Amino acid sequence: MELHKKDNFSRRNFLKTSVLASGGLLIGFNLLIACKPGVQMPVDIDSLNFNDFNAFIKISNEGYVTIFSPNPEIGQGVKTSMPMLIAEELDVDWKNVTVAQGVLDTNNYTRQLAGGSQSIRFGWEALRQTGATAKQMLVNAAALKWNVAASTLKASKGIITNQNGETLGYGEVVKEAAILAVPENVVLKDPKDFTIIGQEIINVDIDKIITGKRLFGIDYKADGMLVATVLRPPSFGQKLKSFDATEAKKVKGVIDVITIGDKARKYLDTGKNNWTVKLSKTDKVVVIAENTWAAMKGKKALSAVWEEDGQLESTEDHEKALTAILDGKNLNINREDGAVENAFATADKVIEKTYHSPFLPHNCMEPMNFYANVTADKIHLVGPVQTPEYAAKVVAALLDFDLDKIHLEMTRMGGGFGRRLYGDFVYEAAEISNLIKKPVKLVSTREDDMTTGIYKPAVKYRIKAALKDGKVTGYHLIEAAIGSNMYGAISNFFPAGCIPNYKVETGNYNSNITTGAWRAPYTNFLAFAEQSFFDELAIELNIDAIQLRLDLLQNVKNTTDERIEYSGQRMEDTIKLVREKANWGTTKEGVYQGFSAYYSHNTHVAEIAEIEIKDGLPIIKKVTVAVDCGIVVNPTGARNQVEGGVLDGIGHAMYSDFSFKDGKPQDQNFDTYRLIRINETPKVDVYFVENNNAPTGLGEPGLPPAGGAVANAINAALGKRIYRQPFVKEFNESSMLS
Amino acid sequence: MPNYILNVNGEQVRISADSDTPLLWVLRDELDLVGTKFGCGIAQCGACTVHINGVAARSCQMQVSFLEDTKIVTIEGLSVDGKHPVQEAWKEIDVPQCGYCQTGQIMTAAAFLEENKRPSEIEIRNAMQGNICRCASYNRIEKAVKVASEKIG
Repeated sequence: MELHKKDNFSRRNFLKTSVLASGGLLIGFNLLIACKPGVQMPVDIDSLNFNDFNAFIKISNEGYVTIFSPNPEIGQGVKTSMPMLIAEELDVDWKNVTVAQGVLDTNNYTRQLAGGSQSIRFGWEALRQTGATAKQMLVNAAALKWNVAASTLKASKGIITNQNGETLGYGEVVKEAAILAVPENVVLKDPKDFTIIGQEIINVDIDKIITGKRLFGIDYKADGMLVATVLRPPSFGQKLKSFDATEAKKVKGVIDVITIGDKARKYLDTGKNNWTVKLSKTDKVVVIAENTWAAMKGKKALSAVWEEDGQLESTEDHEKALTAILDGKNLNINREDGAVENAFATADKVIEKTYHSPFLPHNCMEPMNFYANVTADKIHLVGPVQTPEYAAKVVAALLDFDLDKIHLEMTRMGGGFGRRLYGDFVYEAAEISNLIKKPVKLVSTREDDMTTGIYKPAVKYRIKAALKDGKVTGYHLIEAAIGSNMYGAISNFFPAGCIPNYKVETGNYNSNITTGAWRAPYTNFLAFAEQSFFDELAIELNIDAIQLRLDLLQNVKNTTDERIEYSGQRMEDTIKLVREKANWGTTKEGVYQGFSAYYSHNTHVAEIAEIEIKDGLPIIKKVTVAVDCGIVVNPTGARNQVEGGVLDGIGHAMYSDFSFKDGKPQDQNFDTYRLIRINETPKVDVYFVENNNAPTGLGEPGLPPAGGAVANAINAALGKRIYRQPFVKEFNESSMLS
Repeated sequence: MPNYILNVNGEQVRISADSDTPLLWVLRDELDLVGTKFGCGIAQCGACTVHINGVAARSCQMQVSFLEDTKIVTIEGLSVDGKHPVQEAWKEIDVPQCGYCQTGQIMTAAAFLEENKRPSEIEIRNAMQGNICRCASYNRIEKAVKVASEKIG
């Protein structure tokens, strides 16, 4: 998965300007790459294209600023925070700024992707440079008007002031600015001079959200649009044998019943598919209807016969397969330091524990959907997808179209959590529209959404530590996962570099149940296993749980190992902040604390959970969180991400389970699949480490430490160690309310 | 298909739909009121919450044929200007993340506060527990209901 591309921002020729036909200055810029030479700027808003520029700023003659932000918004807040970075350096009043979702043309955008908590980290330099460059052009234009040196002028809140105290609004110099050369080497602000970054800026879509405006993909409507529902095999390992649509066609509003699959099979057979493609080769039955209800009713009225086309796997099979991997010798070594075998051979004591977690569906509140209109000479696609560039490319290959004939518009997304990285619903919608030659919106039911795949992989970890002379001298972690394994730098996270003899190995079970990225991929459960394990080690060593981590972190502070991604110092500062804010170790009687800390997605997080026991059951009352994400761009948005991440982590650790019987998912909807609800949530208090480091992402890093903090608090209260998610199964009660 | 006359957001509307069509799909597909969301279709998530005669109800379970002579209010009709105290509180607290479930949350909260103008923390948590927020903006929902109750009371 390529979520961590490290593109360097190039300033050369990244920005161009034009005067709009309707008045005002248009600035086009490119976030991550320099523009090609000789590109033309549009002269009206309707013809904005994102081919050479992937974002635009319009400054009207009245000085109002519109930022066309093309980045996918899945609830992580970038539609607010990314424009804040531009507005900061442009030095305009935030109340005069409007943010509009850029319409995306496929050929046309570059690297718009929501995933891996990377948007702000990548945009930090480029967006501020853009704002600062635009401001300098406006100041230069004012300098020419007044015939003074630009260096004698000041600009603030959209007003340029000269030494005589005369003023010009940005809007008054846009025409002149547009014809000036783009300045190079502009100076960015010192963080202490920030006036927008660091302010509490409310979500830019708030008014539309709270009044129910048309925002999401499922809300999309076009003239002549039909609605499609898709019947897929009920079990993994099955394919369509036959179907009878007689009853379905009797449903009022049902127009036709067709099958799709030819295009997908042909495409899959080329072997050129990328990681976003998780299509199956079976035929699927599609109900085409005038409206959504008829399409859903029609699907229910279908009768289909399925036949075996592979293994029909059950959760018991997975349990055995994963355990066999942990016990086996056929593992990949992700990282090995020192002499691990020797550390265990010479240890005073060896501790070994195994941790288990199930598959999990993403369950975005907005079920998967997409609009497609395939006509003879072009394809129009609209909807919520985290990887629009891939989606367009796959549709082009699937239907044998030129990429520049595909026009893709992104909508706000009702959650992503990794699910919308995979475009199966886009490809299905395109194949349907291609067959019926009409505009169509594919809509999934909740049952479709939950049972047709791309889950968080079921994973087991076995962790072994060697203890000698009161220290951890050896560490060996094995990951056994279904579908795929931990990627990239994860084996270089804590405790890599802290323990001299260290080894991480992975093994995989290849299943026909599809898996993929799920919010904080792998670390979401790895952090629980590892941080529970260290809690156990601290008790074994008779050291305070936090002190054990701090002692270990000393070993990585001056590391010369370039593979190590996290910072020992920043982790220490984060841990000390949460220790202070949660009054670690000094709670009143009956309140028990659990500590956990984890670095992921470039952000350091430490959490302390507090629980009470009622009728033998743990009640989670509070979680205190310390976060080092560098400069906090938008504190209200940042806290919201962390609060949600922590509660999401707790919810899934406590309650969520997903199993299979003969290939069939055993939960279909929220009546049996349990998600955390408001009456089960603790209060989450979030604190940020103050520093001037470049900001890092927040969509994911709050989640991984949460489960471990709760599990460790449960152990503190009850002396009960939890090794398996969901925790609720360890108690004889279905409900644990706070 | 039979015709029905419904009172939606204070207006009489005539619609043509199968008798078992859930109000949710009449609102979204026929009346173009897309603020009422589809989440689960089985009254478990609350995304489709509307008011029927002032009571919060799951529109995915309300068949259109039973709804003549009732007063239906959706998020679009909760206030004329988006300034119902609950909406104002949602904005003040900056509740949403993805935002998808929030109209349902607001409709549940608004009906609840009509019944109980000064709720306790526990009453708020119990009243709102039928609405799932997958982004888990629950701390803020709780706070916003409290703030709204102060605005109303």
